[in-house]
Amino acid sequence: MKDGLRQSMAWVHTWSGLLVCWLLLLVFMGGTAAYYKHEITFWMKPELHKAADAPSRVTPAESATLAVRELQQRAPKANAWFLDLPNERNPLIYASWTNPPKKGMSREERRAAFRTQNFTLDPLTGEKTAAPRDTRGGEFLYRLHFDLYYMSAIWGRWIVGIAAMFMLVAIVSGVITHKRIFKDFFTFRPKKGQRSWLDAHNATAVLALPFHLMITYTGIVTLMFMYMPAPTKALYGSEQNTMFSEVFPNAERVKPAKQFAPLADVAPMLLQAERVWGAAPSRVVVTNPNDANARIELHRPAGQQLSNIEPTMTFDGASGAQLSGPKPMSTSLDARAAIYGLHVAHFADPLLRALFFVCGLAGTAMVATGALLWGVKERQKYAKVVANGGKVGFGVRLVDALNIGAIAGLPIAFAAYFWANRLLPVEMAERTNAEANWFFIAWGLAALLAQIRPTRAMWRIQLTLGAAMLAGIPLLNAFTTDTHLGVTLFGGPGLRPVATFDLVVLALGLLLGWAAWWLGRKAKKQAVAKQQANPAQQPPLEAA
Amino acid sequence: MTTLTWRYRGGVAARTLAAVGGGYVLTSIASALLAIALPLPRADAVSIATLLSFVIYTCIILWVFATGSALRAWTGVAASSAMLGAVLWIVGRMA
Repeated sequence: MKDGLRQSMAWVHTWSGLLVCWLLLLVFMGGTAAYYKHEITFWMKPELHKAADAPSRVTPAESATLAVRELQQRAPKANAWFLDLPNERNPLIYASWTNPPKKGMSREERRAAFRTQNFTLDPLTGEKTAAPRDTRGGEFLYRLHFDLYYMSAIWGRWIVGIAAMFMLVAIVSGVITHKRIFKDFFTFRPKKGQRSWLDAHNATAVLALPFHLMITYTGIVTLMFMYMPAPTKALYGSEQNTMFSEVFPNAERVKPAKQFAPLADVAPMLLQAERVWGAAPSRVVVTNPNDANARIELHRPAGQQLSNIEPTMTFDGASGAQLSGPKPMSTSLDARAAIYGLHVAHFADPLLRALFFVCGLAGTAMVATGALLWGVKERQKYAKVVANGGKVGFGVRLVDALNIGAIAGLPIAFAAYFWANRLLPVEMAERTNAEANWFFIAWGLAALLAQIRPTRAMWRIQLTLGAAMLAGIPLLNAFTTDTHLGVTLFGGPGLRPVATFDLVVLALGLLLGWAAWWLGRKAKKQAVAKQQANPAQQPPLEAA
Repeated sequence: MTTLTWRYRGGVAARTLAAVGGGYVLTSIASALLAIALPLPRADAVSIATLLSFVIYTCIILWVFATGSALRAWTGVAASSAMLGAVLWIVGRMA
């Protein structure tokens, strides 16, 4: 700060990054996993796998008709019905509904009731599938990456938002401080200690820099009206809801007429939408079913635009006539929706989605290498002290321990969540909470052990454990379900997500295993070198 | 180990406060003014101003740490907040 611009920016980069990096690791890992939240949820409900094996033989219009027939029996007086029809990412028909809230029902009770108000249909037979186990699946990881857990969602969002702002500052200051941004991209000097970590940090950061900058900024934008309410205050005063209704154009809510009218056939509506869009709707929402004011809203499938607000087509549920939908959005409203859409990436096809996933992993590596780099640099200041048998400072020890707990501990937590999904009894009460608790029990233990002994041996133990738990998931899956890799690799396209999940966690496990092996080899070499140089002295404990 | 002087530590604390707190206040005022000034329907104006606010905030934070001294940082943030705040207040009175 007392020196030039580059030095002061380097200072800002170091501290804004370091202060929040462990939380950012959780956010990055959770968010990266969330790109595949549907696939993760599907993997975590093995009871549904059988139904997805055979390719769907019914058209979307027929699927919708099947689901509506079932809904007419189960929930004819619901407030609204929601249907998700089969597509590339979802092999089954999912239906759920909301009931008119009973008086005195709390938010939690309503949410608990909603979780029971759903069923899944096999698109091959139209029959209900076996009831899946109670799990939040990928939704837990998705929510975790901005709501956190064990606290109200508002608290979580503020904490994650502040961390994201730190990250934005860290990225921009990191770019300013970096004078050889293009050259460094091609520079990697392995096995050179601090230099190697710096190069690794530069490579992972620069390689996916547009992604990191985009994902951080768009992440803040997803909740921007909460984080920065001043412009809203200036133009709308206290009428925040008016702003929301103007900026987020929903089809207007129609109140029920309280007058019975049979629901029109949905099949012709789906066919019409398919003709107009060239693709069958992916989602059908029926509000006030069997009422004179029933509305049927069809959503175009994602993949044709960046904006996350997909065009809809609305029909009168009683007469079956098409109604004019919400008016088209202005350019700036569309721009906001596109920036939001970039973050959630609903538009991404399989290849682009995989690229986003890899960029997310690169982001995780960027944060991890940055955190390690601080420890390595800071440790050098203590080189003499340590050589004389002294200890490193409190800050270095704390950062080392937090690094182990986050970088090596978080993969253990993720793996524990998946293991709990397979090993907890299916009929267990509060099963979804128990799965989430295991995530935090595993993470808590890893972080605690790291605080007690932040040594290189601890790095190896935790990396090895994480590697074994992740790479062991395909094996676990083979012992606890009928849809293991031997089946899923040769099964129908509906089982591809299950096979891919197994293969990706296996690959991530192997990667961690390689890191553990590399650390072990390095420790051995150093120990040998030290003994030769000074046989009386114990090798000092040193993190990577 | 180089030990940091208390003067240096105080400067860092003052700048951090100016960046995080002062920067947020200044950003709020600037983006509110921007929302009012944009000649667009208010839903568009509020969207653009809020989108840009995080860019403004980032720039303010970086400037606070880049400028010569903590005093200059505080003077800059406080003076621009006061000036833009006054404009915002006058605009609010006229509306």
